[in-house]
Amino acid sequence: MTSWPALLSGLLFGMGLSLSGMTDPAKVQGFLDITGAWVPDLAFVMGGALMITLMMTSAILRRGKPLLASAFNVPNLNTIDRRLIIGSAIFGIGWGLSGFCPGPALLSLIYGYKTTFIFCIAMIAGMFGATLFNPRPHP
Amino acid sequence: MSATALPEAFITPLLGGLTLGAAAMWLLFSLGRVAGISGILWGGMAGPDRHWRVFFLMGLLIGGVVIHAVLGMPVPAQSSTPLPLVVFSGLLVGFGTRMGGGCTSGHGVCGIGRQSLRSIVATATFMVTGVLTVFMIRHIVEGAL
Repeated sequence: MTSWPALLSGLLFGMGLSLSGMTDPAKVQGFLDITGAWVPDLAFVMGGALMITLMMTSAILRRGKPLLASAFNVPNLNTIDRRLIIGSAIFGIGWGLSGFCPGPALLSLIYGYKTTFIFCIAMIAGMFGATLFNPRPHP
Repeated sequence: MSATALPEAFITPLLGGLTLGAAAMWLLFSLGRVAGISGILWGGMAGPDRHWRVFFLMGLLIGGVVIHAVLGMPVPAQSSTPLPLVVFSGLLVGFGTRMGGGCTSGHGVCGIGRQSLRSIVATATFMVTGVLTVFMIRHIVEGAL
């Protein structure tokens, strides 16, 4: 019962990523290169996505429960802790080094490039590494 | 800037962003879940609630095929980053997204959409370190070579 809505969301997500240009790591690095030859296109990706999510999220959550599940499963943590900051800082460094973040990296597997494959293996290893470091699971 | 200075190059990123937002909103509306890819990947491998995540990830790959193979959007070139750096980068991305509880999609698109302070702080943090990293590579390391 949860399979087709998830498949549909993933399908749209993948289409959005491919359309957006986020799966081009050189372009992503160009976007992050604000003091150099800045490539501003990708600001429109975040802008477009946020236009939708900022407008719709609270209206959806106000419905009390999702259409096809018993309850919303949304993080309700409010603490800004060291883990959040250090983890995000580490992620940003990795993102800048190659221009890959998780979604585009996974999608790029369909391009059949060796670099993407190696990136994804390393990313998964890093995820397992993080749980050894701190076994508290995320919601 | 005049209106004619707005190149078409902005149209597909905007369409892509709107589609990403719609994908996230559909997942929240239908299953009550957050479309954060690092979390979905992790939960799809290790979580107790694997089923929907595996379907989401399958959809993600099919979505890419639809845009490139069916609609003919050009496939980006392979990354020119040296392999050891790619490995290091992947380790940091995997480690950091688990430690920080999200990535560009979970914190950046969904979390900010929920006006979560945690996600706003996380997104600001990875944007800043991402920009600093590219600055170091392009303007300090490569400049010194």
